[in-house]
Amino acid sequence: MSTRTPPLTPVLSRLWDQDRSWTREVYERFDGYQGLRRALTKAPDEIVQLVKDSELRGRGGAGFPTGNKWGFIPQGGDKPVYLVVNADESEPGTCKDIPLMMANPHELVEGVIIASYAIRAKHAFIYVRGEVVHVLRRLQNAVQEAYDAGYLGGDILGSGYGLEVTVHAGAGAYICGEETALLDSLEGRRGQPRLRPPFPAIAGLYASPTVINNVETIASVPSIVRNGPDWFASLGTHDEDPRKRSKGFTLYSLSGHVTRPGQFEAPMGVTLRELLQLAGGVREGHELKFWTPGGSSTPLLTAEHLDVPLSYEGVAAAGSMLGTKALQVFDETTCVVRAVLRWTEFYAHESCGKCTPCREGTFWLVQILRRLENGEGSDEDLEKLLDISDNILGRSFCALGDGATSPITSSIQYFRDEYVAHYEQGGCPFDPTAATVFAAAGTSAGARAR
Amino acid sequence: MGFEADVRARLEVDAKEIIARYPRSRSALLPLLHLMQAEEGFVSPAGIELCAELLDLATAEVAAVATFYTMYKRRPNGEYSVGVCTNTLCAVLGGDQIFATLKEHLGIGHDETTEDGKVTLEHLECNAACDYAPVMMVNWEFFDDQTPQSATQLVDDLRAGREVHPTRGPRLCTFKQVSRVLAGFPDGLANEGPAAGPATLLGLVIARQQEQTDSDDPAPPGARRTSSADAGSGTGYGRDGGPSESDAPATTAQADPANETPVRDSEKGTDA
Repeated sequence: MSTRTPPLTPVLSRLWDQDRSWTREVYERFDGYQGLRRALTKAPDEIVQLVKDSELRGRGGAGFPTGNKWGFIPQGGDKPVYLVVNADESEPGTCKDIPLMMANPHELVEGVIIASYAIRAKHAFIYVRGEVVHVLRRLQNAVQEAYDAGYLGGDILGSGYGLEVTVHAGAGAYICGEETALLDSLEGRRGQPRLRPPFPAIAGLYASPTVINNVETIASVPSIVRNGPDWFASLGTHDEDPRKRSKGFTLYSLSGHVTRPGQFEAPMGVTLRELLQLAGGVREGHELKFWTPGGSSTPLLTAEHLDVPLSYEGVAAAGSMLGTKALQVFDETTCVVRAVLRWTEFYAHESCGKCTPCREGTFWLVQILRRLENGEGSDEDLEKLLDISDNILGRSFCALGDGATSPITSSIQYFRDEYVAHYEQGGCPFDPTAATVFAAAGTSAGARAR
Repeated sequence: MGFEADVRARLEVDAKEIIARYPRSRSALLPLLHLMQAEEGFVSPAGIELCAELLDLATAEVAAVATFYTMYKRRPNGEYSVGVCTNTLCAVLGGDQIFATLKEHLGIGHDETTEDGKVTLEHLECNAACDYAPVMMVNWEFFDDQTPQSATQLVDDLRAGREVHPTRGPRLCTFKQVSRVLAGFPDGLANEGPAAGPATLLGLVIARQQEQTDSDDPAPPGARRTSSADAGSGTGYGRDGGPSESDAPATTAQADPANETPVRDSEKGTDA
């Protein structure tokens, strides 16, 4: 077991415990909008370079280098440039952007202004999922406060640079977290992904050059401008090869069968073992069975991966993906077949229907998994699951299809025996009530009494 | 079939404001559909026709969009949309039992409404509050750390017209009222409710205790870790005692005069 004190680096979360932390007044007491003031003294290209130097990578799942994405925007053309913030947080297990925007939406708004200035956008959109109305209120309020203070509008702080920000509420569709589906949705259409190329940097919103970034990515920008790229790059994992290192801090979200679930802002590369120490461990009297490193679309990991560094390269080397750093922890009371079935039902429900492998494939995956969970499956069913997954992975229009196969293939890799036990015993060997939080009080004295 | 003249005139004023937010008018379609729900409690054929007219689209184009998104209701919705997350994590931690309990208690199934028109029951996909599982949403406000008992009490309160407060949110509004916020018209409630719940603050609370311990008593790393973990349990997080007035992270807040304990909405009321 590690003897290192688990490091925590509250940057984005530094003022979340303040009274009325969501207001401009409180944010300004914590250096709010100082990054913007500094950014406006530099040329836009200098800001792009600064973000490149920081090695900030996307925090929404894919991990693309943020500065490079900004640098792809062609400048000097006759089309307007847009910034779109992906605030459609819906990946199962992911719960970082929503509390961030509820507690301190100004960090995001300041990041939006700096990013827009850097890519020379005059209009930015924050596309927030509709199912979180109080987060929407806080965003609307923050944007209004920013206009009132002269941080938004035609001439920001006398710089001559102007920006409009529109907060846009979605209407319930997981697929709109996929960036090109989000663009179609923002254009008033069904949210379906687009064929690439052209990439959004060339033809995005209204076929204009567009940068799409996740909330946490954009909210990280003000601190980088305030403290410099070297400060940011001093945190995280280190390697000579830039592709083998992950810089900065990030929000890790622990949920599930842990004593105290919650948000932990730590340097890139912390391990689940370290985070579990902070969270009081797996719930009392139980042990870790499987976990997701970054939402349900990232292949499952097990107790043997407790010391995997939670960095882009670290989790990739373990055969999964860092994703959204949504660490969903399940103990030995959880039936993995039931868990995977439920995720698969989710993907089938949320498949937009545009491409055949995903639309048809997820439908059949659900049928077979239901049969297996009911104890009516067979060896052939397991092979069929893998075969269908193989035909979805890499053959779908977007990453939703790929994500749908992750829990299936990884769970069969690690827990094939449990699938087999279902049809050998003719039913599920687990008692679902034992896995609930309200059952815990009865099974282990003192823990989780409710 | 269409709207009364005065209603239509009022909707046209709102619609004009929505359309003006976007470089191209069609982008206004999603907020306009939310606006129709704010008026009627669902997206009716009349609502679809009006949207089509306002944006110069075919009704089929508008209907194709309205039917794609799950938040748009095609039948009159109850005053309160009561959703239970049954995605994997919430389901495993008790969401399935909560949803089953509510179905039996209310005598309705998924996407059905009680006879009094108060409650429409739904099962939901992940609503980005997994550290508060099992989670329920009422009119898209957070009800964290639920149990079958608390869920039953909640729907009874809603049907009896008693005032209900989300765990993280302002006093509860009706489905039509929140639909207007979704259309982009603020209701002035942004300053109500807490900044964050205990799970959101857990890492920050521990980090502050580590800082405190580092400056007060340079103990060896092992000891420091233990004290952090112990102090962390003092957040009164819901798993230790269920959501209640004692849930506030009092330890840190009192230790640091600059930090005010986030006030739970149930204690708030007046300073909105």
